[in-house]
Amino acid sequence: MHNLHIKENKPVVFQELTLEKFRDLMKRYPEGRQKSALVPILLIAQEQTGGFLTVDVLDEIASILQIKPIEVYEVATFYSMFSLGRVGKYVIELCRTGPCAMCGGEEILGYLRNKLRIDVGETTADGLFTLRTVECLAACGNAPVLQVNTEFYEKLTPEKIDRLIDELKSKAGKPIPFEETWAGKFC
Amino acid sequence: MGRKILLEHIEVPGISRFNVYRSRGGYETAGRAIKEMTPAEICQEVNRSGLRGRGGAGFPTGLKWNFLDRKTTKTRYLVCNADESEPGTFKDRYLMERIPHLLVEGLIISSYALGVNTCYIYIRGEFKYLVGILEKAIREAQTNGFLGKDILGTGYRLQIFVHPGAGAYICGEETALLESLEGKRGNPRNKPPFPASRGLYDGPTVVNNVETLASVVPVIRMGGEVYAAIGKGKSTGTKLISASGHIRKPGVYEVEMGTPVEELIYSDEFCGGIRQGKKLKAVIPGGSSVPVLPANLILHTAKGEKRLVTFESMEEGGFDSGSMLGSGGFIVFDETTCMVRNTWNLARFYRHESCGQCSPCREGTGWMEKILWRIEHGQGRMKDIDLLAHIARNIEGKTICPFGDAAAWPVASAVRHFREEFERHLEYPVCNPDKLDIEPLFLRTK
Repeated sequence: MHNLHIKENKPVVFQELTLEKFRDLMKRYPEGRQKSALVPILLIAQEQTGGFLTVDVLDEIASILQIKPIEVYEVATFYSMFSLGRVGKYVIELCRTGPCAMCGGEEILGYLRNKLRIDVGETTADGLFTLRTVECLAACGNAPVLQVNTEFYEKLTPEKIDRLIDELKSKAGKPIPFEETWAGKFC
Repeated sequence: MGRKILLEHIEVPGISRFNVYRSRGGYETAGRAIKEMTPAEICQEVNRSGLRGRGGAGFPTGLKWNFLDRKTTKTRYLVCNADESEPGTFKDRYLMERIPHLLVEGLIISSYALGVNTCYIYIRGEFKYLVGILEKAIREAQTNGFLGKDILGTGYRLQIFVHPGAGAYICGEETALLESLEGKRGNPRNKPPFPASRGLYDGPTVVNNVETLASVVPVIRMGGEVYAAIGKGKSTGTKLISASGHIRKPGVYEVEMGTPVEELIYSDEFCGGIRQGKKLKAVIPGGSSVPVLPANLILHTAKGEKRLVTFESMEEGGFDSGSMLGSGGFIVFDETTCMVRNTWNLARFYRHESCGQCSPCREGTGWMEKILWRIEHGQGRMKDIDLLAHIARNIEGKTICPFGDAAAWPVASAVRHFREEFERHLEYPVCNPDKLDIEPLFLRTK
């Protein structure tokens, strides 16, 4: 998913709280180097616009940072944590690298595909889950490992996967609380 | 040899909080350094300690600090590399999660020594929860006067910011990290100029690993010479080893440099032996980028000496029979592991993570992955094995950054040490039919 293909031609308006957070991030870098805040800002923006970035959002961020849109596009397409296509509410990212793969990660992937009845890169019909494989998450000691929206779940077994999916399904109706650090309300 | 220097207080409940850390003697060293020592004295202690970079390359930290251009009027920076993405390495995460103040204290001492007023911690985006932990530690240090405009009334000012990345292994390479910190794609820069003269925002910059900067605290606390007496030869102090794979007790262990590898793998104090009573087959001793070694060569060098956890001992034998200590990511394989499948897995990792700037790496990693895939899936040809070694040779040393070497070595070493297994795969491709293709049941019934 490294092509920019969602353009809705709708104006993007961030809440004042979010904009304040953006300005706060920009202040961390020297005068004239506000472009440094691009990656942290994109991470917040993605979280607040439903888990993926549209071209409209990227353009808005370019104007906030006073840089050219292409400078935002090239960054958004480079880093693997940015989704440029629609994703489910919960993005399940399973580590597939070395230690995880040899300590049961491959079996967990098979189990997840069967359980959710989707293949890697797909989203369930109810829009809840997107299944992805990612490279090393630096938690090899607790292999196999996955992340749901950047939250770690470690030492996985099929039973734990069952519990996790049930828990996420029951939580789905309720709003997700934002963490302190990148706080802000849904825009 | 379970001497703990870095992780001495890691088991103390609540050590991540300022008060608890302070009550265990935390920030004493930083206070003493800023009040009583000159920056040059601190640099000298680090030089004497023989501390070497813990991120992978093992470059002497004191020397790196000496290279920093102190004459220019441009702003200097210290950047902490917390982009821990090397497969098999998870020590920095452990350290930052459990005892974040140790890193903050190390940053304060190092920044003061380098004459830096702004310091960035570049952390991988997947560690989002750690951003919160670190920012809390920074806030606490600031409230207690160890950070800010006038530290402990000495007039020295320092601010530390946490900067998250967004998922790119290449950003662990120092110049790619600086590019990323400037808000660009993580494409490594040509060297020279080295970051020490022109780094972040064109200013002189030092980039150090989390463990290295945390190690500065014990170095200053006990003095360079005392620290240098720990360890063996030019590998001084202790090293955090992230042990993973088929062992009884995976985890992070602090070992004194010079501990025998055999003790590390089999002693109950550390990894506790191979799980389920299986036999050891091979070990990648320094994160996935370093050459893999078969059991006999990891326990003893080709000369028959015991292999030790030191930079020198790991390299003993060069590329024929040695490896590297790298970042200390110990990945242990038992006898059931298929080396072809494992090498294919790592080749896929490097293909995925290549930034695409240099052709040998961009194309070569893809070719290696394809060839390994077809050997693993029963479509290999005899000449493929030599072809793999040939491609690896043509990536190595022909790229801007060391990523090319990192991608080539695992494949080249696997072919060198496990050639028979590759050949057997050509005849009997399915060595582990359960794993070959985990096709979901619903796809089969469609």
